Amino acid sequence: MGGSGSRLSKELLAEYQVRGTPVPGEFARGPALASGVPGRAAGRVRPPGGPLNPSRFAFQELTFLTKQEILLAHKRFCELLPQEHRSVEESLQIRVSLEQILSLPELKANPFKERICRVFSTSPARDSLSFEDFLDLLSVFSDTATPDIKSHYAFRIFDFDDDGTLNREDLSQLVNCLTGQGEDTRLSASEMKQLIDNILEESDIDRDGTINLSEFQHVISRSPDFASSFKIVL
Amino acid sequence: MAQPLTFVLSVPETPEDHGPEPSPYDESEVHDSFYQLIQEQSQWVAEEGLELQQREPGPPETPGSGHQTLLGPEDPLVHSTATLRILASMPSRTIEKRFLLVKELQGLPVAQRDHVLRGMPLGLAEKRSLREESRTLTRKRRGRRGRRGLLPCCGRLRDACVLALHSLGLGLLSGLHALMPWRYALKRIGGQFGSSVLSYFLFLKTLLAFNALLLLPLLAFLVGVQAAFPPPASPGAVPAFTGLELLTGAGRFTHTVMYYGYYSNTTLNQPCVPPLDGGQCSREADGLPYNMPLAYLFTVGVAFFITCITLVYSMSHSFGESYRVGSTAGVHAVTVFCSWDHKVTQKRASRVQHDNIRTHLKELLAEWQLRQVPRSLCGRLRQVAVLGLVWLLCLGTALGCTVAVYAFSELMIKSPVSTEQEGALLALPTVVCVLNLGAPYLYRCLAALERHDSPVLEVYVAICRNLILKMVILGILCYHWLGRRVGVLKEQCWENFVGQELYRLMVLDFIFVLLDTLFGELVWRLISEKKLKREKPEFDIAGNVLELIYGQTLTWLGVLFSPLLPAIQIIKLLCLFYIKKTSLMANCQAPRRPWLASHMSTVFVSLLCFPSFLGAAVFLCYAVWQVRPSSTCGPFRTLDTMYEAGKVWVRRLEQAGPSVSWVPWIHRYLVENTFPVYLVSALLLAVIYLNIQVVKGQRRVMYLLKEQISNEGEDKIFLINKLHSVYERKERRAGRTQEAEQLAGDLDTW
Repeated sequence: MGGSGSRLSKELLAEYQVRGTPVPGEFARGPALASGVPGRAAGRVRPPGGPLNPSRFAFQELTFLTKQEILLAHKRFCELLPQEHRSVEESLQIRVSLEQILSLPELKANPFKERICRVFSTSPARDSLSFEDFLDLLSVFSDTATPDIKSHYAFRIFDFDDDGTLNREDLSQLVNCLTGQGEDTRLSASEMKQLIDNILEESDIDRDGTINLSEFQHVISRSPDFASSFKIVL
Repeated sequence: MAQPLTFVLSVPETPEDHGPEPSPYDESEVHDSFYQLIQEQSQWVAEEGLELQQREPGPPETPGSGHQTLLGPEDPLVHSTATLRILASMPSRTIEKRFLLVKELQGLPVAQRDHVLRGMPLGLAEKRSLREESRTLTRKRRGRRGRRGLLPCCGRLRDACVLALHSLGLGLLSGLHALMPWRYALKRIGGQFGSSVLSYFLFLKTLLAFNALLLLPLLAFLVGVQAAFPPPASPGAVPAFTGLELLTGAGRFTHTVMYYGYYSNTTLNQPCVPPLDGGQCSREADGLPYNMPLAYLFTVGVAFFITCITLVYSMSHSFGESYRVGSTAGVHAVTVFCSWDHKVTQKRASRVQHDNIRTHLKELLAEWQLRQVPRSLCGRLRQVAVLGLVWLLCLGTALGCTVAVYAFSELMIKSPVSTEQEGALLALPTVVCVLNLGAPYLYRCLAALERHDSPVLEVYVAICRNLILKMVILGILCYHWLGRRVGVLKEQCWENFVGQELYRLMVLDFIFVLLDTLFGELVWRLISEKKLKREKPEFDIAGNVLELIYGQTLTWLGVLFSPLLPAIQIIKLLCLFYIKKTSLMANCQAPRRPWLASHMSTVFVSLLCFPSFLGAAVFLCYAVWQVRPSSTCGPFRTLDTMYEAGKVWVRRLEQAGPSVSWVPWIHRYLVENTFPVYLVSALLLAVIYLNIQVVKGQRRVMYLLKEQISNEGEDKIFLINKLHSVYERKERRAGRTQEAEQLAGDLDTW
């Protein structure tokens, strides 16, 4: 049972919602692909030797990062690679494991670091990041990214079970992330229940017991601080 | 023998079926796809006719009756293809089909295409492939259209121009980005203390920009010119430089370009009149004449006007960014979704953030529970009484400080200071600074008595009280200068005196801020860590921001009398940045109170505009229009008011001829006349009223839309439940038919 206010069964809800939200990695395999073009057709690049030239790969046009930021990101990414793989061509093909990305000082203290890396990872097992995934991450978290795209990715990050909506379990995991990981820092069970009831009361407009993307974006639009707090700068 | 099977036509008895509401067949508002499905299903039911059902002895055990959840967790999920088809094609749930996306991208010009792609929540690889696809298809289409001479060339040229401009813009932006000073320092502060403390330093940077903007015209048109054409040396010896000048601004600094008195009241660089005996003018006397009084008046006026426009623009921009319709509702959801600051990168600061958020959530829940139980009348009366008492005490303190400053200033007038005892000039500014520093601590103690419902309100109230105190003290000082000093210093240069007083106030304010940082932060941290074993002191954002606003008000008040005051303010702000940053890193921790950083930035800029700049502008207007300038110094020494310099010039223009007659016309009908002022105020009020009505209308529309979505959600759930009950009946009937056939088969074999 879905809890107070939810009259649809959880499975039914999951069934018809998962088909609606594009899940990362499944985009290419979705049922609506009529043109028959595979998802990652243009992934093969053959750059010449020498330092990274961002304009060659359309990084500047397709992300919100400036040229300096892209070069700095490349430098930091290469520092995570072993010495022999640090050339430009290899750095664009190779994937870095999650543990190494999580060791970056900008992410170390972030309670959502694992979710962030999983959302942006395009590998099938969602456990490694390529340079382009890393750029995607920095682009969404940059200064100039639109609040729209930030709220879209924030929704994906908060969706712990990846089912396309925020249900009670997602919300309670989110609150636990916010309050700290220790046993004594969590809210009590009654406080948690009250808080989640209040959140659903305030943001669940169609009363189905979960928060979908539009409702989430509506809540976010009420907070002008969101765009400035959803930022990571290298 | 088997039990006689009872044939019962069973249609689920729900009250809605016989209710007065119109059936779905009548309603044209029903979604098309659902309408079709209902048609299908009702047709099928009519075709199949009666349904076989065994009467059950007890109440139905299946949970799927009525409005409850239909499928228990143990039942396998069974959906008909019709339902799936319908649900997948619901417009709110469809996945964006790739070819539709590509088509949409082709319809856009190239520069916009990249802009749209950038804003899509897809991975880089997918974006790149979409871009390639839309490009190839466009090229194909263009190729198919055939060469038509000029048209493709124009299109390509236009695309090339747009791309070039775009890359130029990007290059400029990235260059500007790299030029931003203190970028690394600000990142460290944000990483360790969060956005709220960062907002103080960003405000400091804004003030630096304002001062630089103010200083540039003054340097170019006043200070530079007057320094190039120095006036004849004043009679009497030039006093020697002692260190005291840096504090008092008098002595050696009196007859320099720093103060009003140095500027000449003549036209500089006048073309020379050839002597009567027919000699020639020397070459170097050729050049443009520069009317100093006019230049002084205009430069100060234009600088203030530019500052006013910039302030109002930045305030409205900040307000537009931070105000959201309906932002006061839904505070729990907003806190949970938006309060984690991802800029914080240190483990310790992260822990502080966790603690802050947890405390905030607990406070919100406590507040919410308190609101469920309304307070008794007695409690509310008591709260109002305490509030009134504390406000009375605070206002009384402000009044007391004002009276003290007034009495002290009268005392200073009665006992004039001789040139040897210039140190005594520092007495009044010292008293003012001590009061400005001490009263906020008293306010903080008094505020501990009252209990507000929301912590943010406490902060606003504290800011309000401190601001009232500072503005009232400045007001009494302005009266003291323009009202009393002008009369007392009749034969001397009162403008120089006012300029020096403001210089002294600024310098002493800086010294006292340093002392406050030293004792309030460093010493307090040492005491609290060693003796009291408590945490580090918090960084008082409100108090520090009010200090900045106060210093900026002093600058604006003094610009007319001391054109180099903005330069001193710039030096002061630069020193303050580094001192505050060092002290923050070493001694303080982030504030525990929740700070809405964007709201606070709007509040800071509004406070800078309204009491601060407006007060300075009123002071300036009064000084220019009403006060008689001193007759022994300055560019307006022979005139009745400073404004007369402008009037004299306009009169001269009138006589000059018809080609510049529009200037006197503007002056007579727009500046001297009061009607345009009323018109502009009325227009402004009308615009504000319109905006308020628009916001009210938006709120109403949002409420109605929410109701509509809620109703449609209920409709959806009802319809899906109905569908499932129909399918379940079908399944059960299929099962019964099978059983009945089996039974018949068994009977046959018997």
